[in-house]
Amino acid sequence: MKVYPIALNTFREAIRDRILYLLLFFALLMIFTSRIASLLTVGEESKIIIDVGLSAISFFGVLMAILIGITLVSREIEKRTIYNILSKPIRRYQFLLGKYAGLLLTILIMDFIMTLGLLLTLYFKSGRFELHLLLAMGLFFCELFIITAFAIFFSTFTTPILSSIFTLAIYAVGHLSWNLLALKERIASFWGKALCFMLYYLLPNLENFNIKNEVVHQLTIGWKTVLLAIGYGISYSVVIILLATLIFQRRDFV
Amino acid sequence: MIPAIEIKNLYKSFRSGFFLKKQLVLHNLSLQVQQGEAFGFLGPNGAGKTTTIRIINGLSYPDQGEVFIFGKENTNVGVKARVGFLPEEPYFYHHLTGWEFLDFYSQLFGYSRRYRHKRIAFLLELIGLQEYADMQLRKYSRGMLQRIGLAQALINDPQLVILDEPMSSLDPIGRRMVRDIIIDLGKRGKTVFFSSHILSDVEMVCDRVAIIIGGRIISVGKIGELVKEKVDFHEIVLDGISTDKLVPEFEVISHETNRTLIKVEGEEGIQRALTFIKVHKGKVISVNPQKKSLEDIFIDEIRKGGERE
Ligand SMILES: Nc1ncnc2c1ncn2[C@@H]1O[C@H](COP(=O)(O)OP(=O)(O)O)[C@@H](O)[C@H]1O
Ligand SMILES: [Mg+2]
Repeated sequence: MKVYPIALNTFREAIRDRILYLLLFFALLMIFTSRIASLLTVGEESKIIIDVGLSAISFFGVLMAILIGITLVSREIEKRTIYNILSKPIRRYQFLLGKYAGLLLTILIMDFIMTLGLLLTLYFKSGRFELHLLLAMGLFFCELFIITAFAIFFSTFTTPILSSIFTLAIYAVGHLSWNLLALKERIASFWGKALCFMLYYLLPNLENFNIKNEVVHQLTIGWKTVLLAIGYGISYSVVIILLATLIFQRRDFV
Repeated sequence: MIPAIEIKNLYKSFRSGFFLKKQLVLHNLSLQVQQGEAFGFLGPNGAGKTTTIRIINGLSYPDQGEVFIFGKENTNVGVKARVGFLPEEPYFYHHLTGWEFLDFYSQLFGYSRRYRHKRIAFLLELIGLQEYADMQLRKYSRGMLQRIGLAQALINDPQLVILDEPMSSLDPIGRRMVRDIIIDLGKRGKTVFFSSHILSDVEMVCDRVAIIIGGRIISVGKIGELVKEKVDFHEIVLDGISTDKLVPEFEVISHETNRTLIKVEGEEGIQRALTFIKVHKGKVISVNPQKKSLEDIFIDEIRKGGERE
């Protein structure tokens, strides 16, 4: 399998990146100190720790996906290591898939460490392992499928800085896009409605993966919601990676 | 026999500058490299060698034209398994050791662990880096990187090896090593296609060369022929005959008080000059064969190219 050595090499390279550990450090710091924050505010302590913790994991997880994802693809192009790889009997899409898999593996491990940090913080607080958090983390990881796919997509044709900006923009827009459906109801004109509708389906709806409130307030979460979100995450990423390979296939390496 | 490389009417342009003006870099370039030959691709910097090689390897796409490797399209993955490539000024993963680096590329061919081990050990010995196998590439010198790059190109024991400026950035010992490897590949029936802007690198190892200038192939042929075509003139230094007498008969290059330099071509040119000098009671000071080197041909061609534009 040609994808495997590329994924492995990507992973090896990624976990040497100092930025990764810096972000991890800040994420863990935020999680551990959320206990202090919980003491200063009114309300149930565990809830606040969970709220702050999940936000930290989400924020730093996305930053990791963007920074590592973009540097790892653009660096191969910029440093021209890609010339060596692509002259071997490997197809360009296999290269991109290898990169994608290696990145997801890196991010999965980082998420795992952050989640462990949160679980331990809560354990010291309440003496229980709040395992229902794992569901929130799982869905958040699906969100990262999409973010990482976009990071790779943009890196196939633009500079690292623009790629980071675009991917961050997608992240922001992705969390707001659900408003489009509400907006559509309020707009009278047909074309306005049509535009909202189209944009809604074109842009990712990352709120699909957000079950923080449910987790914080210990509401029940339907399996259907979860499965739909997972399916959505996977299929949306597949489409983005497919587009990335189409662009990458035609790219001139000079 | 099917040619190892067949390039047909390649055109390539780049857009550059503020107005994105189109600049034609390869102009109707055609070339055939036969199986088993060591072929030198010669040209000054900016001639289009690297561009051509990137197109051959499927890294870049031509505006027009086609490339076939062993009769198949160059983008065919099966055909790539039979090719080895060393890019110009290659960059490598600094975090890998020499061994890991070679192992990474050999994995892309899907070899078994056992075979990879054997092959990598063999290559490290070939390039004389076996002692540095466990050192990270970041600590390698430029020359060592070039060598490990060469090993990487040979990882699949390719039938066709394409090397872009393999000898630049090497010291004399490194050059010698690359030369020996190319000669050895030739002995084992492999095809080697390599570019250089330094003629002496090519003269000793190549069966045939193509000279590329300004994106056009100027001449292709055996080095012996290319050199013989235009070579062979002698400079004769003489004394005792006035230039007025010499000018109608010979090409006078320079004249000082008691020595005149004339240029004659071919064996009969020398005989004619010597007879002429004898008849006019002059004195021959010296006869110097001026073997025109490939270097001179090269420079001549560049000058001619400059005049054409
Ligand atoms: N990416 C590029 N954009 C614009 N022009 C380029 C690019 N790459 C190469 N060129 C131009 O193409 C010509 C040939 O370059 P190259 O193939 O690198 O020459 P060589 O390898 O023979 O030194 C040069 O004039 C160079 O300026
Ligand atoms: Mg070059």
